[in-house]
Amino acid sequence: MGEITLTKIKKSFGAVDVLKDIDLEIKDGEFIVFVGPSGCGKSTLLRTIAGLEKVSSGEIEIDGKRVNEVSAADRGLAMVFQSYALYPHMSVRQNLAFGLENSNMPKTEVAERILEAARMLEIEPYLERRPGQLSGGQRQRVAIGRAIVRRPTAFLLDEPLSNLDAELRVSTRAELAALHGRLGSTMIYVTHDQVEAMTLAHRIVVMRAGKIEQVGTPLDLYNTPANRFVAGFIGAPHMNFLAGEVTELQNGAATLATSGGHRLLVPFSGHSLSVGDKLTIGIRPQHITLANDPGSLKVKVRLVEALGSETVIHADLNGEKLLAVVPGQKLISPGDEAHFSVAGAPLHLFDRNGLRVKGC
Amino acid sequence: MGVASRFILRRRGGKSWHWTDIVTWVWLVGGLIIMFGPAVWLAFSSFKTPAALAEFPPSILPYVTSQATVQGYDKPLQLFDAKMPDGSTKVLAEVRRIGLVAQMVDPKAPGEIVRVNINDRTPVRSVSFATENYTTPFTQFDFLQYLWNSVFVTVTATLITLIVNSMAAFALSKYEFRGRSLAMLVILATLMVPLSVIMVPLYSIISSLGLFNNLWGVILPTVATPTGVFILRQYMLTIPDELIDAARMDKASEWQIYWRIVLPLTAPALAVLAIFSVVWRWNDFLWPLIVLSRRELYTLQVGLSIYSGELNVQWHFILAMTVVTMIPVVLVFIFLQRFITTGIAGTGLK
Amino acid sequence: MTAPTPSPTLTERLGSLLMAPVHLLMRAIDIPLRAVQKAAGIGGMATVFLAPNMLIFGIFVLLPLVINFVYSMTGGTAFFLTERQFVGADQYARLFQCANYLDPMSCQEDAFWTAVGNTFWFVVLQVSLMILTALITALILNRDLAARSFWRAVFFFPVLLSPVVVGLIWKWILQRQGLLNFGLYQFGVEPYTWLTDRNWTFVATIGVSLWAHMGFYALILLAGLQAIPKDLYEAAEMDGTKPARVFWRITLPLLMPNLLVVVVLALIRAVQIFDEVYVLTGGGPGTSTLYLTQYIYETGFASALRNPGLAAAASILMGLVLVVLTLIQLGIGQRGEKKGKR
Repeated sequence: MGEITLTKIKKSFGAVDVLKDIDLEIKDGEFIVFVGPSGCGKSTLLRTIAGLEKVSSGEIEIDGKRVNEVSAADRGLAMVFQSYALYPHMSVRQNLAFGLENSNMPKTEVAERILEAARMLEIEPYLERRPGQLSGGQRQRVAIGRAIVRRPTAFLLDEPLSNLDAELRVSTRAELAALHGRLGSTMIYVTHDQVEAMTLAHRIVVMRAGKIEQVGTPLDLYNTPANRFVAGFIGAPHMNFLAGEVTELQNGAATLATSGGHRLLVPFSGHSLSVGDKLTIGIRPQHITLANDPGSLKVKVRLVEALGSETVIHADLNGEKLLAVVPGQKLISPGDEAHFSVAGAPLHLFDRNGLRVKGC
Repeated sequence: MGVASRFILRRRGGKSWHWTDIVTWVWLVGGLIIMFGPAVWLAFSSFKTPAALAEFPPSILPYVTSQATVQGYDKPLQLFDAKMPDGSTKVLAEVRRIGLVAQMVDPKAPGEIVRVNINDRTPVRSVSFATENYTTPFTQFDFLQYLWNSVFVTVTATLITLIVNSMAAFALSKYEFRGRSLAMLVILATLMVPLSVIMVPLYSIISSLGLFNNLWGVILPTVATPTGVFILRQYMLTIPDELIDAARMDKASEWQIYWRIVLPLTAPALAVLAIFSVVWRWNDFLWPLIVLSRRELYTLQVGLSIYSGELNVQWHFILAMTVVTMIPVVLVFIFLQRFITTGIAGTGLK
Repeated sequence: MTAPTPSPTLTERLGSLLMAPVHLLMRAIDIPLRAVQKAAGIGGMATVFLAPNMLIFGIFVLLPLVINFVYSMTGGTAFFLTERQFVGADQYARLFQCANYLDPMSCQEDAFWTAVGNTFWFVVLQVSLMILTALITALILNRDLAARSFWRAVFFFPVLLSPVVVGLIWKWILQRQGLLNFGLYQFGVEPYTWLTDRNWTFVATIGVSLWAHMGFYALILLAGLQAIPKDLYEAAEMDGTKPARVFWRITLPLLMPNLLVVVVLALIRAVQIFDEVYVLTGGGPGTSTLYLTQYIYETGFASALRNPGLAAAASILMGLVLVVLTLIQLGIGQRGEKKGKR
């Protein structure tokens, strides 16, 4: 079992509140990812779950039992650290055995578990080496191995891929996902990389400044971001934001005017908007097409990045920056005028406080 | 010889000798002579007999004059190379000297006395090492005991220093607790409290603890070195905290973290501190001089100084024992010099 | 990619064999400490780790520092505090009791003032010569020398020698039949007993302490010189700057933090000079090489008229000088640190 429940978790270092009223329920066997910019408190949250930091107030429960006062060693969790934190003076085998020996496990069982984990992670040939003699990827596997041999109720992973190069990161990501499928244990994974979050998570917890901004499946977050921050954080390149004003409300649609006087029609059914409201309009770069239709935006091209399969166009709309990612190769160059069409594209509306406007 | 010739011919980049090349050359060669010369001279002198030591001008190598037992004379006679009137040289034994004339005999024909001007004869000498300078102080004086005392003080004090300093450094580098900055401040502030400032009260504390005339009285005041805590703490700060966290997750107790994780990883700094501590404790003088007043407790340094201060200084023994006192430090110097020089350059501590 | 797996060598096996009892001992210590950790928590263990060092430190460094003031306010020859009577500032008054403040011989404690005067001149001369020679040595060692580490070792060698050994080496050399006289004899100078001449013993103490410690300071300065980025010199060379100008405008200013540290360290050490002088001259002849630490030592312990209170008072005065010097050093250190961070 690996259910973890956090209730009203607060943590402050001196006068600084690092975590503010965190509530979260993590189901058994779930792969959950904490994501957010650096300094948002996601690592601190992970460390309070681990027991390496004490909470200032609030409750942490593991499988229904309150563990606030239980030491890190006795919570039954295992952690994979960002720097791997392998003991440099011990061989890989000793690294894996250290924790088991500390809980006075019989030697034969220790050896068995090490062998099993080593086979699973394909690190058997390196068991007698020191971490210093291993490559980054191998060290990473050892770090995971050290967690696996403990057979923990949940795995805590603190940015485990951030020290790997780009290529290795992609392959290890896939292996991690496969490993989770095999072990079926709860995994809590911290990262600042939204791509990792999107690819790995059952559910993503987006954090900012010590607060949870939104919890949901990757596609929930992509399709209906709860606020401007989540909208900007999830998805690459970032969502475009334009200032707009409601000029008309009728027939299940709202008409919005952008700063340049362009008009955009957004399907809308609700009561939360009224004419004259100032809004932020969010458009994902991938949802923009090049076309000269009535609702299109006339822009000035600043920069063109031809990536072959797609073309990234940096453009200027009356002083506001607009980014479009269009498929294929386009004959367009900086200085040109272009028409960005958003017809049929999902537009996201955010009110003055950055919250998603209900009903759009 | 490549290095030597490169050194001799090295110039400041250009073709001709710059004045700084000459200064460098003079300074280095002069330095070599002045820095090594005295110690080498001492080492050579330590193998001379008292008679050779009293000679002036002195010889570099330890010579003894040759003697021979000649029939008809009770005592052995000194041998000389004497220049004969016919110009040849002959080995003769001197019977006695009257003014400028020496009465000499040929050892092979002891009957006939030959008179030779003392300027026409030179002593027959051979190189011989007076090893009894070394053996006598050990066998007949207390120097073996002093040596043992010094070794005991050095080894014990170094071990305790390493243990208590590393424990304190661990606490000061890896824990957050109230009073940590105060403890650091106290340690920093006393980094420079010299013995000379506290020797009177320290003496009273040592005697109230009953440690006067006790080697522990020499050891204990030296072991809580702020310098050691400082060096080790600086080093431990470079050990990632994640390692400690990982060990905690691995169910290690704090003591286990200290001796199974932190201590092995601090080995380089511990080695530097160990070397320093050995040199410090071996060389300590003033404090042992104050605490130890019984002869059998003297350390080598105290014993040497007391013996050399006596009225009839037996220099041949003193010199030999000085060499013995120098040996551990010279060994440390030869084998661990690199450690020490980088240690000093890095911390500015001695 | 696959490096051969290192099999344990003989030394490693021997090492683990020797370490076995240590490991056992550590395990034994762990048992009670686990209980302590349970009771005190992880944070409480910090105190446990700090305790032995702080206890020893408190008893043998902090406590004496405090008691020293009490000592300086009490009189008599007894060492136990309870047996000493309070005399207030008498000891200090005695130290400063002088008929003519320009003449140390007119003071009641003329030995103290002689020691102060000797120490002052010793410090001034020794430190300035020390800095000069150490700087020259460091500059020379910083040149592109063949076998630099050998030359560094040459100058560093005496630093490790014990003061007693240093004192004896030089006592032997300055003897009537010593190496110095032998050297001078080659130039026709008659042998001289250097260590019985008041002026020469003073010079000798300076020379000997220079010999013994110069390498240490040269090493610190050398480290400072080597920390100066090479490209600065290359840039100066590209600008056609004259070597002397390079020294005054680049080397010296950038070496200044190290130089200041060395000056203060040398001052602190020079004020406390004792061991090698004690062995070399015993403070004599007369009081010509009587320095402060020896005065304190003899007043407190060695002389027939011992007066621990007076020694404590003198040591506190000396401590004040050292505190000032240490504060200067800490100040320099912090300024250096701030600079480094920027």
